[in-house]
Amino acid sequence: MSRAEAVRTPRVLWTFGFLRNELWTTFRRWRTLALLGVLAAVPILVGIAVKIETGDGSGPGGGGGGPAFISQITNNGLFLVFTALAATLPFFLPMAIGVIAGDAIAGEANAGTLRYLLVAPAGRTRLLLTKYATVLSFCLVATLVVAVSALAVGALLFPLGDLTTISGTRISFAEGLGRALLIALAVAASLVGMAALGLFVSTLTHSGIAAMATTVGLLITVQILDQIPQLHAIQPYFFSHHWLSFADLMRDPVYWDDLVKNLGLQALYAAVFGSAAWARFTTKDVAS
Amino acid sequence: MAPFETDDSTTGAEADDRHAVRRRAARYVVPVAVVGVAAATIGLVPALADSGDPDLPKISAQELIEKIAASDVQQLSGTVKISTDLGLPDLGGLESSLASGAMDSGEGGSSADPSAKLTELASGTHTLRVAADGPDRQKLSLLESGSEYSVIHNGKDVWGYDSKSNEVYHSTASDSAAAEKERDVPATPKDMAEQALKAVDDTTSVTVDGTAQVAGRDAYRLVVKPKDPGSTVGQITVAVDSKTGLPLKFTLTPSSGGAAVIDAGFTQVRFAEPPASTFDFTPPKGAKVTEGEDVEHGAPGKAERKSEEHLGKAERKSEEDLGKGLDGLKVIGKGWTSVATFDTGGEGLPSGSEAGGDFGGFLDSLGDKATGKFGSGTVFSTRLVNALITDDGKVYVGAVSKDTLVKAADAAK
Repeated sequence: MSRAEAVRTPRVLWTFGFLRNELWTTFRRWRTLALLGVLAAVPILVGIAVKIETGDGSGPGGGGGGPAFISQITNNGLFLVFTALAATLPFFLPMAIGVIAGDAIAGEANAGTLRYLLVAPAGRTRLLLTKYATVLSFCLVATLVVAVSALAVGALLFPLGDLTTISGTRISFAEGLGRALLIALAVAASLVGMAALGLFVSTLTHSGIAAMATTVGLLITVQILDQIPQLHAIQPYFFSHHWLSFADLMRDPVYWDDLVKNLGLQALYAAVFGSAAWARFTTKDVAS
Repeated sequence: MAPFETDDSTTGAEADDRHAVRRRAARYVVPVAVVGVAAATIGLVPALADSGDPDLPKISAQELIEKIAASDVQQLSGTVKISTDLGLPDLGGLESSLASGAMDSGEGGSSADPSAKLTELASGTHTLRVAADGPDRQKLSLLESGSEYSVIHNGKDVWGYDSKSNEVYHSTASDSAAAEKERDVPATPKDMAEQALKAVDDTTSVTVDGTAQVAGRDAYRLVVKPKDPGSTVGQITVAVDSKTGLPLKFTLTPSSGGAAVIDAGFTQVRFAEPPASTFDFTPPKGAKVTEGEDVEHGAPGKAERKSEEHLGKAERKSEEDLGKGLDGLKVIGKGWTSVATFDTGGEGLPSGSEAGGDFGGFLDSLGDKATGKFGSGTVFSTRLVNALITDDGKVYVGAVSKDTLVKAADAAK
C-alpha cells in the first residue's frame, strides 16, 4: 500500500461522488433488491390475510392478538402501514440492515476490493463514514418500501378516510398521512444503532458471511434477552428495547417519553459502535 | 464528532510498529470514553437535576388536610405512573385471559368494559393519562405497548375504548354524579389520598413531613401512619401540591419494609384546559360496540364496590367476590386493624397431608400453619393482606399481621 499523498485535500464534491458510487453499488445488487422485495411483500401478505379473514364480516384479531393496530385495518387502510411496520420492525427490517451493514466492510475485504478502495485518496475515516451513510440510506429506503407498499395495499383493499387514534380521538386523513410519515422516520431512526453495530462487526472480520451472521445473531440474542423478566434492570439499554415506541406517535396527544429515549439510545449506540468501528478500521492491517 | 476529524494518514503502514501499537490503543479510548460519558450522564444527571426539597411555609397537618378537601381543580391534564407490588406472583397474560374469559360468560364479553380492564392496574407498573375539564368531562387512558385503553366521560355518555381489540363499551349516565362514580377507578393519587384520609381517626397519626418536588411542582408531604403495630400498613405518604392542594403522589409502604406496595404519582401535570377534542369520541367504523347497563340501575353497586376497593386493592375485591355469595360477612375491630371474617360452611382447606401427594405439598407451600385457641388453620400472606383459613372453614382477612389475625380468630371463638 502506498501512502496517499492527497489525503489532506478534502473535496466535498468528490465525497458526494464517492457516496453516490457506494449507493449505486449497494442498491444495484440483486441481494439488496431481493431484500427490499421481501420487505415489500410483508404488507401485501398481511393485507390479503386480513382481507380474507374479515371477508365474512367478522372482526379480525379476535381477542386483540397479533401485531399492533391489526384490528383497525378493516376500518382504515392507513392502519396497514402501522401494522406492517410493527410486523417488520422486530425482525425483517433489522435482519436486512444486518445483512447490508455486516457486508459493508467485510464483504469488500472478502471480495478483495477493499484495498482498491483504500488506494483511492479517500482515507479510511471517510470510507467508513461513506459506508455508514450508505447503510443508513438503506435503513430509510427499506422502511419507506414497507410503508409505501403497505399504503398501496391498504388503499386497494380497504377504505381510507378520517382515522381514530388509539387514544380514541379523530384526526383527518391528511394528518394521518403525516403521522404515518413520522412513524416511518421513527422506525428508520430506530435502526441507526443496529446499523452502527453491524458496521463495527463488519470491521472485525474478513468474511462478509461471518459479519452478517454475527450481526443477525446479536439481534436475535438481544430480542430474546429483552423478553426475560429477570434482566429488566439492563433491558432499557438494549438497542431494541424501545423499538415499538413508534406506536406512541398514534396517541393523541403524542406521548414523547419513550420516543425520546429510543432516539437517545440509538444515538448512543451509533456513537459507541461508530467510534469503535473507526478505532478498529483505521488501525487494521488490510491485506486483501 | 471530534474523533472523525482527526483524519487520517492511516493508510501509511510504514509508520514504525511501536507508534502504531500506541496509536491503535489510543483510538480505542474513544468508544470507551463515549460509554463512560454516557454512563456518567445516566448516573449523575438525575442526581444533579434533583434540586433538593423546596422551601415552603410551614403548615400543620390539619391545615393540609383542609387544603386537600378544599382543593377544587377543575381542569388538568397529566401523566400518572402507578406501580403496584402486592407480593403476588405476576400473573400477566394469564390474569387478563382469566378476566376476559370470565367476562365472556358473564357480561356478553367486551374487552372494553371498564371494570374488567382496570383490574389490570392491580399488578405491575402502568402509565396512565388523565384529563379533566369540569365535572362533566373526564378522560382516563391506560397506555399499553402499541395500544391504549381509554375511558371517556363526556356529558351523558361514558365510553370505554380498547384500541387493541377495537371494541367500544358505552353506557349513559342519567346524572353526572353516577357517571363520576363509573369513572372512579383507583387510578389517580387524588382518589387514593381521599380513601386514605377517610380512614383517619384516633388510631392514626398524621404529620407533615417536609416538602418534595413532584412532577416539577412544589409539594408538602403528608404522612399517615397507623398507630396499631398489628397493621401491615407501614405508612402512607401523600405529596400535596402547595398551590392547588391536589394530591400529586401517593405511596403506601408496608410495615415489613421494602418497596412500596402502591406508588402512584404524576410525572407530568398541567392545570390548563385540555383541548376539547380530547373528550370527543365517536366509535370508529367497524368497531364492536357493547351497550352497558344504565348506570342508574345496574352499575351503582359495582361502582361502589370499585371505589371501596381502592385501598384493599384486588385482593380485597376478590375477597369481596368470594364473600358476596356467603352470608354473614362480619368485621371484627375497627380502624386499621379491622378483620373481616366469614364462614365458608365447608370443611376448610384440605391440609397438605390430607390431599396427599404433590398437590398437598403445593398447598402447604403456599401458606403457613397457624394454631391457637381457635384450632388450627393456614395463613396465606401477601405483602399487604393476610388471610387465615381455619380447618373448620372460617376465613379471616385483613391488612393486619399474622398474630393479629390469630388473635382475632381466638377472640371470635
